[in-house]
Amino acid sequence: MADPTTLPKKTDQQGLRAFLHGLPAVDQTGAQERAARLASRSIKTSAKAAAIDLAISMVDLTTLEGADTPGKVRAMCAKAVRPDPAVPSVPAVAAVCVYPDMVDVAVDALRGTGVGVASVATAFPSGRAPLEAKLADTRAAVAAGAAEIDMVIDRGAFLSGDYAKVSDEIAAVKRACGPAHLKVILETGELATLDNVRRASWLAMRAGADFIKTSTGKISPAATLPVTLVMLEAVRDYRAATGRQVGVKPAGGIRTTKDAIKYLVLVNETAGADWLSPDWFRLGASSVLNDLLMQRRKLSTGVYSGPDYFTLD
Amino acid sequence: MSDRLTVRKTYKLYIAGAFPRSESGRTYVVNDAKGGFAANAAKASRKDVRDAVAAARKAQPGWADRTAYNRGQILYRIAEMLEGRHDEFTAELRRTGLSKADAAAHVDAAVDRWVWYAGWADKLAAVTGAANPVSGPFFNFSTPEPTGVVAVVAPDDPLLGLVSVLAPAIVAGSTAVVLASELSPLPAVVLAEVLATSDLPGGVVNILTGDRAELAPWLASHMDVNAIDLTGAAPDQAPELEGAAAGNLKRVLRPSGTDWTATPGIDRMTAFLETKTVWHPVGV
Repeated sequence: MADPTTLPKKTDQQGLRAFLHGLPAVDQTGAQERAARLASRSIKTSAKAAAIDLAISMVDLTTLEGADTPGKVRAMCAKAVRPDPAVPSVPAVAAVCVYPDMVDVAVDALRGTGVGVASVATAFPSGRAPLEAKLADTRAAVAAGAAEIDMVIDRGAFLSGDYAKVSDEIAAVKRACGPAHLKVILETGELATLDNVRRASWLAMRAGADFIKTSTGKISPAATLPVTLVMLEAVRDYRAATGRQVGVKPAGGIRTTKDAIKYLVLVNETAGADWLSPDWFRLGASSVLNDLLMQRRKLSTGVYSGPDYFTLD
Repeated sequence: MSDRLTVRKTYKLYIAGAFPRSESGRTYVVNDAKGGFAANAAKASRKDVRDAVAAARKAQPGWADRTAYNRGQILYRIAEMLEGRHDEFTAELRRTGLSKADAAAHVDAAVDRWVWYAGWADKLAAVTGAANPVSGPFFNFSTPEPTGVVAVVAPDDPLLGLVSVLAPAIVAGSTAVVLASELSPLPAVVLAEVLATSDLPGGVVNILTGDRAELAPWLASHMDVNAIDLTGAAPDQAPELEGAAAGNLKRVLRPSGTDWTATPGIDRMTAFLETKTVWHPVGV
């Protein structure tokens, strides 16, 4: 696919457009079939146990509600560090994801635990704010201690073909991030086609994204397997072309252990085992964690567990 | 001779208001009383048990939130639907070895049992609850609450026995997962068709057929089941099931030698009730 020499060096509108529209078209039916076929894999016993622990360690435990309180964020942080208080062998999750004004609360609660703090920024979830406001949002989150920034792209600009604006904005936010990792949310539910998903993935990676993320979780459909498949192909091809590895984060709509394992199979078969680590693949979800814990307990005790034995959130 | 194709019935499970086959794809042969082939019934697996418990748990709050009067109406509706399929049930029971007169009498009794429990729905709170006299400026009263999800190992009496254990389990607002008689499961599957057309919300009753000795331990040990009725459990397996049920302190009902034709009494209903006592301050 794209080799480094064809990647446009400058972000001029025409060069970007020619490059993005020159990407091979996605075979939509093929992607759906491929994702459905991989999703039918049966993962059992010890492989399932390993997959569950891996999935837990990849979760970005998220609360992005208008009603978030410091207390709720602290409770979530406690769960992030020790997902199942009764079983110390359960790994901690990868990070917690909160709004920028809750970052300091989460940083305090997680200091010294190894669990990262991610913050959404740039007028999440719509992304409809002046660039200055988006950058200020980002700087505030980084200053408060966020190690990862989840930004949203300007879908309006992307859909109207103004790729340079999207690209410049990502690059500007990346500079504002400083040392923090940048995850770029494509909001694939609003991009309409898988071709657009592929273009947006390349655009974001080229502009400096450390991670590409499917969705805000506020739009339906959120993450789906075919969309994630296309994004995984993009990061694989991007590494082959440039040598830089970019992570992938499906977010929203992942509720069950079965869903989570389907994503892990997809990662392994598409991008490869290099991506099977919390450094390169994350699951943006909160409800899936309880189901993972329930399944884990079923495997370890041999009896079915119930939601009464896990925290409400 | 007619040139119509024979329309054979597939006897399936009843989970969450739908009629799925077993997730395992297994079936077993059910014989009639003379030893001839009657039908293939679904042989449920532990994952069907898991799905049924999840369905029962999901349906429980909605069922308990119905007014007691409305639950009574729905139980009465079940009686109506059962009465309308009297002949079909009589034929099913005859296959299990009852004479025509006995079979019809059993169906009559089953219909009457639903009516009997339907009448209890809005009276149970008055009979088992209380306004308690207490020393102090408090109004103190106790009300019965449904226990949650009830697992029922049904007796081998295929219709009357089944109805007699099922109706009291759900009348107060609990939901049920039933392991039907292994020997004669077909009336239970036909009863599921009655339940599905009686305004009973999906998931309130879930009926599984298959190897009860295989399935009962999964129900007894399931942490999201609140009570278990061991009426139909094999005597040598019951102690083991009681032990497993202690894992999350399930309420266990283990009666023996019940005469299904006798008037039931309220013990089966109160077995699946919890009492909540509330203190209200009165005066200033």
